[in-house]
Amino acid sequence: MAKVVIDGKEYEVNPDNNLLQECLSQGLDLPYFCWHPCMGSVGACRQCAVKQYRDEDDKEGMLVMACMTPASDGTRISIEDEQAKDMRERVIESLMISHPHDCPVCEEGGECHLQDMTLMSGHNYRRYDKQKRTHHNQYLGPFINHEMNRCIACYRCVRFYDDYAGGTDLAAQASHHHVYFGRHEDGVLESEFSGNLVEVCPTGVFTDKAFSENYTRKWDLQTAPSVCAGCSVGCNTTPGERYGTLRRITNRYNSEVNGYFICDRGRFGFDYVNSDSRLRRAVAQVNDEAAEMSDEQVADLLAELKSEGAIGIGSPRSSNEANYALRSLVGEENFYSGMADDERAVSRLILELSRDKAFHSPSIREIEKADAVLVIGEDVTNTAARVALALRQSVRNKASQLATDNNIPVWQDAAVRELAQHERSPLSILSAYATRLDDVASEVIVESYENQAAIANAVAARLSSNAPATAPLSPELQAHVDVISEHLAGARRPLIVSGSSNGQIELVKAAANVARALQDKNEVAIGLCLVQREANSFGLEMLLRAENGLGAALDKLSKGEVKKAIVLENDLYRRASHAAVDAALDNAESLVVLDLLPTRTTAKATHVVPTTAFSEHEATYVNYEGRAQLSYQVHQCKFGAQPAWQWLHSSDVNAIVQECSEEAKGFDKLSTLLPGIDQFVAGMKVPRQTHRYSGRTAEIANLNVHEPKQPQDNNSVLSFSMEGIPALKDASVLGASWSPSWNSNQSISKFQDEINGELKQGDTGRLLVERTESGAYLMPETDTVQVAEGQLLLARSLQIFGSDELSAHATAIQQRATGPYLSLSPEDASRLGISQGDAVSLNGNGAIATACIRSRMKTGTASLYVDDSIDYYALPAAIGPSKSEQQGSDRSLDGLIISDRYEEGY
Amino acid sequence: MENNLIASSAKKARKLTEAEIAEIEHEKELYPDNQAVGLEALKIVQKHQGWVSDESLLAIANYLDLPIADLEGVATFFNLVYRQPVGKKVILFCNSVSCWIMGCDSVRSHITDTLGVDFGQTTEDNEFTFIPVPCLGDCDRAPVMMVGEDLHRNLTNEKVDEIVAQYRGKD
Repeated sequence: MAKVVIDGKEYEVNPDNNLLQECLSQGLDLPYFCWHPCMGSVGACRQCAVKQYRDEDDKEGMLVMACMTPASDGTRISIEDEQAKDMRERVIESLMISHPHDCPVCEEGGECHLQDMTLMSGHNYRRYDKQKRTHHNQYLGPFINHEMNRCIACYRCVRFYDDYAGGTDLAAQASHHHVYFGRHEDGVLESEFSGNLVEVCPTGVFTDKAFSENYTRKWDLQTAPSVCAGCSVGCNTTPGERYGTLRRITNRYNSEVNGYFICDRGRFGFDYVNSDSRLRRAVAQVNDEAAEMSDEQVADLLAELKSEGAIGIGSPRSSNEANYALRSLVGEENFYSGMADDERAVSRLILELSRDKAFHSPSIREIEKADAVLVIGEDVTNTAARVALALRQSVRNKASQLATDNNIPVWQDAAVRELAQHERSPLSILSAYATRLDDVASEVIVESYENQAAIANAVAARLSSNAPATAPLSPELQAHVDVISEHLAGARRPLIVSGSSNGQIELVKAAANVARALQDKNEVAIGLCLVQREANSFGLEMLLRAENGLGAALDKLSKGEVKKAIVLENDLYRRASHAAVDAALDNAESLVVLDLLPTRTTAKATHVVPTTAFSEHEATYVNYEGRAQLSYQVHQCKFGAQPAWQWLHSSDVNAIVQECSEEAKGFDKLSTLLPGIDQFVAGMKVPRQTHRYSGRTAEIANLNVHEPKQPQDNNSVLSFSMEGIPALKDASVLGASWSPSWNSNQSISKFQDEINGELKQGDTGRLLVERTESGAYLMPETDTVQVAEGQLLLARSLQIFGSDELSAHATAIQQRATGPYLSLSPEDASRLGISQGDAVSLNGNGAIATACIRSRMKTGTASLYVDDSIDYYALPAAIGPSKSEQQGSDRSLDGLIISDRYEEGY
Repeated sequence: MENNLIASSAKKARKLTEAEIAEIEHEKELYPDNQAVGLEALKIVQKHQGWVSDESLLAIANYLDLPIADLEGVATFFNLVYRQPVGKKVILFCNSVSCWIMGCDSVRSHITDTLGVDFGQTTEDNEFTFIPVPCLGDCDRAPVMMVGEDLHRNLTNEKVDEIVAQYRGKD
């Protein structure tokens, strides 16, 4: 700790930080633009000028940039000094010279950092009356609007997009007053984190396109703290609603999980909530005729099914409460997994490994700290994108180390990058195809699953003699083993990443073996990050008995052992071969399907019961770490849908959480997530609406001039109202952050205990599983797939835009999605007579995919991305693709973001 | 080619000529990484092609495995890298302080009158492109301008006429 004097008052600060960061940590207001808490300082905008004094007697002082000055012991500065204030005012005046004062028509208005800083600096009269420079605005794809005239050239966009997120298609262009931030030509922004530009840009250059089309000011949005249901990371989000429709999603800071950034699937993949195709009424399908059911009829039906021993099939995309409610209705013995069997087996293993003392499940923040990483077979960019962004930061630890060794503060961003050049911490990737992280990887090894596991197990054996001995590898693969072992052995915070997305249990076993081998050697718990495909895969598994897989449930139904089933928010056709699902569902006498959108499974149902979307109910989800997080209800569902837990159990979510805590093994900490109303000021509820929320009395004036009673929320600590004590007092229910003078998302610093720290009184979630067990090495089981002549060994590709069931329905996401495609090597393609973009028959039974020839595919292997048109689980492990005359998907592969698309002649 | 970057583009790269490639390869030997070669490669291509088209930009980006957006950033930062076609000779005309004091404005009008082009324009016969430049470092002999590689000092209207005649029709 160091002591600095700011305007005559002494503060205790961290000398490793810069003055700007420390001033903000102390709650002082100091304007800034180019600095960002996650991206350090470059001193580009000159906005954070303060007066620095040599000592107590120095009355003159000199102007310095707070962001470029270390907060070292004894520093004396003044923020309030007249010269400093004048400088800040003049700087903003010059930055604003060509800024159009179009705030009334700008989407950023009302949450604009530039507005806030202008006001804070005192610059309120423009003297420049000449012509302003104007720019061409580019088409940047379905997510982002471009309005370059608003740019103040702070460079934050490219520092985030290129430097932080590894994007390559956005850059600063031209010079002096022509400086331009854009692509080299119009086109879709390639990075899957492009949406963060909306929040990173201090003004309205990059805005949320989908939101613009359905726009509402920040203060008119009803918000609540929510958790993204797009993948297993569980990023914290703030969805905003107005007039009954969900309008947008923004990042909500959580120091351990997502920090300041979320991926584009999470940000743009939500408008299925507003879809006209939502299921609205409970319906009984009797003799091909649909009859609406009342709530009582549904309750009676469920009670009847319960008494008749119906089975329940859960869902990894549903909350703990929904799954628990179903389990408690049908009984634990009758509650089955809703995941594909292969994936579920991995999920089970992941749960077991999560109890093992040898490992540690790293949060996103901890992943960023790793100094050597081995990724085994999991394409995290497409399955858990936030993890990929964190891995991208981990490779920069070498740079931080070099900076520290050279006495350069790590927040000196440009200097540290200059120093490090291409030096990176090792990141080794084993994958079936080239990935989006390859550009920062030290090794990229494209191999079959079997060889990936073999390499990883050989690494384990190399690191510890206790690990299972492995068969000798080819010299080429052995060379990889040597390098990876060396990286991991030399690391202080090694990290192994794998996951269940491919349904390849051998990969996860191998990952655990490598981590255990490192633990043998280092004798500390080793970071083992095992991601899954869906928001609550982990939570669902915790509720399941080991033997209750989906295959077992389908078997029981098709054999007639049970006649009745309840399926919770799950399209089973995505989970097993269509033949198996048909056999089971056709045989069921009663099939009750709860879901929010129609699926092939609801089409088979005898009774369809409509459920609410993630923003319409309160619920908890368990992320890949085993971290349970509470997601509040944002708005009410205006039609007959109810939360699944309400249909199945009771209407009081608190009671279900409480019961789940007590009854379900491993969930005992779940109820501690619930805030008590007694912890709020005067026992008052926290309003979901801002204090400026406008038009409440007029919202439905087109229908009725009488103002209805505000809807009540009896169970939550939040209210559907603007009255009450706003979240200012308690950040644990912080929806949209706001603080006096800070209307933009930068106001988050006012809620952090220090910059980049935890939210005051914050809630980062609860790690549910205790690590109490000591496990052993897992014996690899090689089950070599027989590949006949002309066949290719099949791996699975997933896509961030398309592989997730619900977000794939979102309009913006659909514009980025592709149809099914088969990646194959140029050699195999030419041997099979397949050209780029051809329709390819996969197995002769009608499954068609588009050929995507990729220069780095391994010969003899192929990787397949499927959408719902392909019966994936009916495909064998090796296929013989052939050119098809049949027309395939009408979606072209042009939007596919891959680095190794093969072009003839290159 | 090992290419880690994704450069989705509506346009297609042209093929670099053997001469261009040879010169770029030479520059590669002189620098630690390709990023540093980018500017040299732009200059080389401009020398051979007269300017840097989108197709040339893509070709260099592909050849050096550089992000096209970054390379465009370099190309547009330097105003002597031409991203639009220019005439056979480029007139770089100084309109900075010393030249202004010494009456460059009237010389500029004279050029505009005789050639029919203002700053940023190319003559219809494609002989000359007329571009302003902040300083050519020869203030004691202002006003000055460059035509191609040659510097011309102490400009007067008559001298400009001679210079233009001297270059017209030559490659």
